[in-house]
Amino acid sequence: MTFINYASREINCKIVYYGPGLCGKTTNIQWIHEQANPEKRGKLVSLATETDRTLFFDFLPLDMGTVKGFKVRFHLYTVPGQVFYDASRKLILRGCDGVIFVADSQRPRMEANIEAIANLATNLKDNGFDIRTIPYVLQLNKRDMPTAEKVDEMERLLRFRNEPMIEGIASQGVGVIETLKACARQILMELQRS
Amino acid sequence: MSKLDLVMFEEEFKQLQDIIGRLQKDASAKVVFLVDKNGQQIASAGEVQSIDATSLASLTAGNVAATDGLAKLIGEKEFSLLFHEGEKDNLHISIVGKRGILVVIFDQGSSLALVRLRVKKASRELQEIFERVETRANEESGPGTKFESPFSEITDDDIDKLFGD
Repeated sequence: MTFINYASREINCKIVYYGPGLCGKTTNIQWIHEQANPEKRGKLVSLATETDRTLFFDFLPLDMGTVKGFKVRFHLYTVPGQVFYDASRKLILRGCDGVIFVADSQRPRMEANIEAIANLATNLKDNGFDIRTIPYVLQLNKRDMPTAEKVDEMERLLRFRNEPMIEGIASQGVGVIETLKACARQILMELQRS
Repeated sequence: MSKLDLVMFEEEFKQLQDIIGRLQKDASAKVVFLVDKNGQQIASAGEVQSIDATSLASLTAGNVAATDGLAKLIGEKEFSLLFHEGEKDNLHISIVGKRGILVVIFDQGSSLALVRLRVKKASRELQEIFERVETRANEESGPGTKFESPFSEITDDDIDKLFGD
């Protein structure tokens, strides 16, 4: 749900990073946090376990500049990827404007990727959204891993609506900004249409 | 305009701001925030500079969402009020209408009873404004609306500029 404030001339959009456990959702937003201009980024809030697994969510507010005289602000959230945190995942999708699905390229994780997309579809539906129409980007992360599956095969298994598909190595920042930009573009174009 | 979008105009924003400004004084609170259930800050009053308002808004919304989940687990619709007691400062969180959260931070200079009393009155007023915003949004989403979004002409270039390209 985009929040447009005419008094302060601001647009706020919520983008959620989704994907199976250890696929690199937090790494994506940590990289954005490290690279962003300190004046434009807010504090990175991580609700994580002692072993740095996301427990509830990570949150990063990002000031992007202006469009048509309105300040654009993105609120980036990650969900906990581990299967048993499903109730928390559903809560975080509430009111989101766009979803970035971070897929783990390692071959043994393909089933987890497929299950996570199915889980995303269910949780979006429970929040009143449709996975086929919401702004959505597929990131193929960990392309540098020795067991990385072929891109064609991942596309066949995971891409279902001609969504932007971006290859990434989030730990090195490869594809991270492109992914965010692809999602932002869809959200802002959606505002244009509405 | 999508039915889910929250669009706030200057006049409504000023009314919200007036109500929470008055609440902050009447309740002798340090800070009052009005937050959207999705984690976005709508308005604030008091010593706001001392607090990271963006993080507060997102964590409050997360807290309320988690508590909502707990309520449903035990068969309640929602818990409309959360109270966190600290050594010096206390946090009073209450739900306003369908989409608002009111956060009041206060210390020994006030009391829970006073805060509850003042919050109750302010909540009613805030709810009226939220309802007005929603009614207007519904009317304007219909055909033949006069409202024209300033974003109707966003171009690819505008988006590239946001990313410094």
